[in-house]
Parts: sequence; structure tokens; C-alpha cells
Amino acid sequence: MTALWGAMNTRARILLGVLVVMLLAAPLALDRYFLSVLTLILYFVYVGQAWNLMMGYAGQLSLGHALYVGVGGYVAAALWVHYGIGPWLGVVPAIAIAAAFGAAIGWLGFRFGIEGVYFALLTIAFAEFTRIGFDHIPFVGGAGGLFIPYEQDRIGEWWNLRGGQHLFYYLAFLLAAVGVLITALLSRARLGFQWLAIREDETAARALGIDVFRAKMKAVLISSGMTAVGGVFYAFYNNSLFPTQIFNISRSIELILAPIVGGIGTVFGPVVGAFVLTPLGEVLIALTEWLGIDLPGVKAVFYGLTLMIIITLVPTGVWPWIARRLDLVKNEP
Amino acid sequence: MWTIYLNVVLQGVMTGLIYGLMALGLSVIFGVVRVVNFAHGEFAVVAMYAAFVLFKIYGLDPLIAMAPIALAFFAIGFILQMGLVNSFVGRAEHEQFILLVGLAIILINAVLMIFGPDAQPVNLPYAFDSYLIGPLIIDKVRVYAAIAAVAVSAGLFAFFRHTRTGTAIRACADNLVGAAVIGLNVKRLYALTFGLGLACVGAAGALMETIADAAPSLGPAYTLLAFTIVIVGGLGSMSGALVGGVLIGVSEALAGFLIAPSMKSMFSFALLIAVLVLRPQGLMGRRVA
Repeated sequence: MTALWGAMNTRARILLGVLVVMLLAAPLALDRYFLSVLTLILYFVYVGQAWNLMMGYAGQLSLGHALYVGVGGYVAAALWVHYGIGPWLGVVPAIAIAAAFGAAIGWLGFRFGIEGVYFALLTIAFAEFTRIGFDHIPFVGGAGGLFIPYEQDRIGEWWNLRGGQHLFYYLAFLLAAVGVLITALLSRARLGFQWLAIREDETAARALGIDVFRAKMKAVLISSGMTAVGGVFYAFYNNSLFPTQIFNISRSIELILAPIVGGIGTVFGPVVGAFVLTPLGEVLIALTEWLGIDLPGVKAVFYGLTLMIIITLVPTGVWPWIARRLDLVKNEP
Repeated sequence: MWTIYLNVVLQGVMTGLIYGLMALGLSVIFGVVRVVNFAHGEFAVVAMYAAFVLFKIYGLDPLIAMAPIALAFFAIGFILQMGLVNSFVGRAEHEQFILLVGLAIILINAVLMIFGPDAQPVNLPYAFDSYLIGPLIIDKVRVYAAIAAVAVSAGLFAFFRHTRTGTAIRACADNLVGAAVIGLNVKRLYALTFGLGLACVGAAGALMETIADAAPSLGPAYTLLAFTIVIVGGLGSMSGALVGGVLIGVSEALAGFLIAPSMKSMFSFALLIAVLVLRPQGLMGRRVA
């Protein structure tokens, strides 16, 4: 906390304070629709932060993070549906199993020196492999999907994550806040500096006496475990899970857009990215509706175009650019 | 009994050759330009729709339409590399990734806008003809498409092996600095390469339309398929792409026949993981530092 606070100047502290207060007070002012958009933004802040640790800090490009979302969500949902074990308890095995997947990928990748594009493809392959696998596991509904029943008399059981928009909004806020804090803490901890050293030059990092394999494994374990918590949230928020949707490669891509657009390897990059991209998508929907263009795909075309423009104009992300312009952060790169 | 398996394998080989041609495009682009074309499958789908339109309006057989489509794709690739991708060469992988993913999203949704989500088939008059050779039953369309795929691949091999431009492109791939020093126009050669890579996808997409129906949802699937093939065969290895294509084609066909069609790509991914772990440079690839 102090590490994060210390790196900011007064102006940045005020801005952050205002943002937090506004987010906390948002349910008072916003209707269901805007609140659901905000919930989505905060969800993407959180999972983006988890991915950011692995790519932005440790420099390991994962394009299969949907795997951890899916596994986390499925484990917690299956425990609830089949055994009545609530998500607050179910999140523990969810983290453990997703981290085990992460460990397997990390071990294979780092042990055998699979790097860069090849590592990214390994993560995609695992996610796709698991997607098809889940299509054929009857215990979790196979391709037909797993549904968390919506029971009237359970509404308000917040300890079982059964509740309305407000519950999930504040939960998403909590996740996002914790995600930002974890990143802030790790980025200024010994491990964070080890990651940066590995990202910049692995050979040099090894020469400095850093146990590269261990540090990278920690990155994967932390990242996959964190992402799994996001998956539990996703499962109980949406009440339904389908392998083709949750493990889909487009989900993995969706998840990494916010940190990349915001600026990877920064604490606030994923936050800014999510606050830019998700509303952009919503605005595009509204705009096409208003213009009366009733074609599927119009929105996505603009979305793709925006991505290409952003990455061409501000390749290091929007946040470092904003921070420089507004003179917000003392030593954020 | 074994003749059934032989038929399945043969079918897999023929489909695999088309896959191979598609993957060849990806491999050539990565091998030279060092940019991974994440929009590869989406380009293949655009080519399938192009073949569909040319058949629908002019009654053009995709085997013939392949030529103009490949030519158009060459031009698109050349312009794309010149105008956009060249400035991304040598930049961080995730930046290139976002650029091409953005492009992929645009392509597939443009197709969705124009043609809708339904699959669009080309009904060739000889679609159900087949050759009977002893116990073997071979689909006519597949034979034609496979022969065409091999012919295009052979043409590309010959170009790289025997022309001065092809040699120059290989020089860029082998030693970029050296190539620049002796005065090769690297940017133009990169553009040519990207054009050739897309021409391969264009041709492969047109051929694919004869054996599968065009649909927007195929885009990401084909991108993954091309990746799998190229990794299995060896990124940057041209012969590896074809061998990988055949291997994946056969494994898909066998898995689809023996276990369940819905699980066929699971075997491709298992194969991909195994190859990545055991032989990251691919079956035919050379280890580069």
C-alpha cells in the first residue's frame, strides 16, 4: 500500500481517491445497465491485472488465460451444483486446480526452453485441449453447459454469492482493488524486480544469481490462481458455463486487450485499458443502434479498427502516455 | 477392414495437403518477416467467400477461381506489409499480435456483415463423383484440390529455389543485416513475402471451399489449425508445413473416424503440445538461436 502510495505525487493521489470514492458511490447514482457495464470493467481490471503480472512483469506471453477462468469457474460451480459447497469455500480448490494447470504449462514451457511465440502457442494449445475435453465431461454437463440454478429463496444469500447487481458490483470492485494492490506490492517486491530482470534479459538475470525457473513458475502460479478467482466470479455472476464460450480463444484475447491497450508492465495500465475498451464496446453498440445499422459485426469491425489504431499510435499503452501528459507518476516507466 | 482405414488415411492426406498449403503461407511469412500472422485463418475464410461469390455469380469453378483470388491476395499482402506491418517488424511480439488480431476481428466481422452467419457451400457438379481404385474410394473434389495444392506449393518451392528474387528473400531470412549490407531492398522483399504468404492462403481458401462450406466461425479455428501445423512441421520450414499439414490431416481424419468427430482437434492439440515439448523446432525445423 505504502509502496503504491509513495510512487505517486499529490495530484495522482487525489485522482485515485476521487476514482475510488466515485466507484464506491456509483450504485447510488447509476441504473442497472450502467452498473453492469461498470461491473464488467472492474472484472476486466482484475483479470487483466492477473495477466499483466505474467506478461507485463515476468515477460511470459500467455494467450490461453481463458483456461484458468474456465477451470476456476467450473470447479467452484460444480462443487456448488453437485455438493452444495459455497463459492467462498469452493474458490480454494478452484485456485488450486487452476494453479496446477498453470504449473503444468509453466513447467513444460520453462523446463524445455519454450519461449515467446512458442510459449504463447503452448498456452493456446492447452486452453483448446481443455475446451474440447470439457465438452466431453458429463459431470459438468459437457457441451450442453453447466447451469447454476436461480432459486428465489436463495436471493440475498451473499455468503453463497446469490444476490443482485449490487452484490456483484461491490465484489468486482473488491477484486479489482485487490488486483491493483497485489500488482503494486509485487512490482516493488524482490520477486517483482526479479521478473523485470528476466523480462529484460534472461541470461543476465541468471548471471545475477536469480533462479529464473523459480521466478517464472511463481509468475504463472500467481497469475493462474488469481485468474481462477475471476473465473469463480464469472461463473456465479452469469450462472451458466459453456466450454465453447468460456475456454474460447477470443476470451483469452478479450482478457489481455485491456492491459495491452492500457500499458503492460504498469500498475494502472490494466485499469485504464479496461475503462477505455469496455465502454468503447458499449458506445459502439449504442451508436450502431442509434444509426439503425442492424448488422451483426459492425461493432466488432470498429473495435478491431480501434485496436489497430491504438497499437499503431501508442504502442506502449495509453496509461504511460496519460501519466506523462498529466505528470502523475514519479517513477512509473 | 483395413481398406476402411486406408480410405480414411487417404482422405486425411488429401485434406492435409490443402491444410499444408494454408500453413505454408504462415510459415513463409514467419520464416522471413518474423511476424506471426494471427489473421491467417481469417484470410483463408475471406478467400473461401471469394470463391463462393465467384462461383455464385460467374459459375467459376474454385479450382480456376483460385488463380485470381491468389493474385488479389498477393496484392493485399504486399500493400499490407508496405503500409502497415513493416513498421511493426522487430517490435514486441504482443504489439504485432494486437495489430493482427485487430485485423482478424475486422476481416471476420466484415464477412459476417456481408454474408451472415450461415455456412455458404459451393455445389460443384462433380461434388459426389469418386474414383474407384480397387478397394479405394477417392472423392474427385479432394483429388483435384490436393493436386492443385501440391502444384501451388511446388511453384512456390521453385520460386524460392530458382529465381533471383526468391534467393534474395531467402538471404533476408538467413541474415538480415547481411542482406541489407549487399543492397537488397529488405522492405520490398518483406512485402513480396507477405504477398506470397497471403497468395498461399488465398489459393488454399479457394480449394478449401470445394470440400468445406465457408462460415465466419471458421476463421479462428483455421488460424489455430495453421499454427498447429506450422509448429508441428517447424516454423519457417517450407517442407515442414506440408508434412505437418498431412500429419494433422491424417490424425484428424483417424480421430474423427475412430473416436468422435468433435474430438478430432483435441488430437491435433495433443500432438502440438508433444511436439512443442519434445522438439520445439518442429519435426523438419532447424534450431535457431
